[in-house]
Amino acid sequence: MSGSGDGWQRLHPLSPVVRGGRATIAIAVILVPTVFGGRSLSADYPQLVAVGAIAALGFVSWLVTRWRVHDDDLQIETGLIRRRSARFPLAQVQAIDVVRPGLARLFRVAELRLRVGGASGGMARLAYVSEREAEPLRDRLLELARGERAEAAADEAPGEERARTEARVLATVPPLRLAISILISDVGLAAAAILAALVVAAILSPGRAAVAGGGFLWVVTALTLVWRRFNQEYRLTLAESPEGLQLHGGLIALTAETIRPGRVQAVRMVEPFLWQPLGWCRLEVDVAGRQRAKGEGEAQRGRLRAVLPVGSRALAEELLDTLLPDRPRELAAPPRRALWKSPLRYRKLGWGRTQTCVAASSGRLRRITAWVPLEKVQSLRRVQGPVQRRFALASVHVDTAGRTVHASLRDRDGEEADRALLELADLARAARG
Amino acid sequence: MEIRPDEDWRQPDRKLLRLRRLEVGTAAAVLAIAGVVVAVTGSLAGGIVLLVAALFLALTLERFLRRRFEAWGYAERQDDLLVRRGVLFSRLSVIPYGRMQFIDVTAGPLERALGLATVKMHTAAAASDARIPGLDRTEAERLRDRLAELGEAQAAGL
Repeated sequence: MSGSGDGWQRLHPLSPVVRGGRATIAIAVILVPTVFGGRSLSADYPQLVAVGAIAALGFVSWLVTRWRVHDDDLQIETGLIRRRSARFPLAQVQAIDVVRPGLARLFRVAELRLRVGGASGGMARLAYVSEREAEPLRDRLLELARGERAEAAADEAPGEERARTEARVLATVPPLRLAISILISDVGLAAAAILAALVVAAILSPGRAAVAGGGFLWVVTALTLVWRRFNQEYRLTLAESPEGLQLHGGLIALTAETIRPGRVQAVRMVEPFLWQPLGWCRLEVDVAGRQRAKGEGEAQRGRLRAVLPVGSRALAEELLDTLLPDRPRELAAPPRRALWKSPLRYRKLGWGRTQTCVAASSGRLRRITAWVPLEKVQSLRRVQGPVQRRFALASVHVDTAGRTVHASLRDRDGEEADRALLELADLARAARG
Repeated sequence: MEIRPDEDWRQPDRKLLRLRRLEVGTAAAVLAIAGVVVAVTGSLAGGIVLLVAALFLALTLERFLRRRFEAWGYAERQDDLLVRRGVLFSRLSVIPYGRMQFIDVTAGPLERALGLATVKMHTAAAASDARIPGLDRTEAERLRDRLAELGEAQAAGL
């Protein structure tokens, strides 16, 4: 597939409508009674002017935004008065998501989000392109991104065809299990607690109406959180393809995401307290990116990508084998005296390493195990607090460029920590090559 | 804190200690002056409390500052930089040269007056911000250039 020339391209004409989202719906609500209510249009003159102004602004913003692929860069220009021209080197693309919120699906458009690594990196957004174009465009961008390293570009086209059919489905989640798992996870329990508190308050207090009014906001917030999780992870399917790990799913807002191989900074497995008897766990991957960059979508903010929202330990192990073939299986327990320093964590603590990977587990009620490929290690820190010093304990932190996952070897014997620090530093250097 | 004897540990300039004392001394002096003012104009008891607080601050911090100063250290190894710091929470960071994205050299007004500078190393991980304060300006510049050079030579992709 060759580039479509140097020509600039516009986004889909309906972009401002979809981007306006709720505003669009609000405008429709304003207009409906005017048009169908039998009132004359002149009575709603101010509203009409406002609507017209918003529509004009949206149209102008669409008119001045254009993009193109040029010299292995994606260039996006936007802005009428303050012109902003951004260029994103495709070689640094970490992952590409295709996101389709509810309104976008209605209008058959999709948003492309390119996550770019590096300290200056951020997110390139193409919002929106038509649904038909989105997938081929993503494939093309990914191919260009890969092309940086692959020398054989000539016989790429047939290879790509094969690639699409070869995607091997690794895991998918049944909706019922997802619903149950969310209800008994931290988010679900928090929502349930809020609801219960409101019900109790409403029964006990005489001014029921007041309680209901004040509590309404809380209920909405709680339900939104639960809903967002469910919406995002509904029928999430993980597949393996030569382009990387492919994730797609979603109930109303569909997302399709590709994580390129070798871009995974860390993997973590979370086992919430109430999931433990059921033997369930959640597997999340962390890719490089700026910490909570401005302008990132809601779904992206501070959230890791769950590759397995809920699944059995066995399935998680299988996925881990794909993600990190060489990983430590056995985690060493901390010295007994760590029980005094971290009584709640003690039973969850552990660490292990192989030549290419380090793993550490922690957590109070839930168990969190994190794996970091040693070639991704940015820096290592050994920290000893006052309490730890009393017990001759120390922690070693493994920092990566990921957003949230950090492997921390907590409360190890002081000398063990020292040894681990230097050993990991040497292994990380060897892994980087 | 165990420091491997085989590393060539270097320490910030002794002027850093003077800088820190100056900072604490100023705070204590302000407190003391406030104490005198309160004692003269208003309640004698309140003024005495403030004066005692100022004295206490100056004395305890003097001990703490010295230990804190002595805890600072850095060693340039073949492939990484070691930075140690902290008394209460002692830290030892290992930062590979190849992982440093950029290096800042900053100097505040007081630091500038004493001819000092702070070198700050940034990697792609937000958690690993290592800095070495109170370096002599020429040493800071030498370190910056050296780290940048080594970083360039050993740079590794994300």
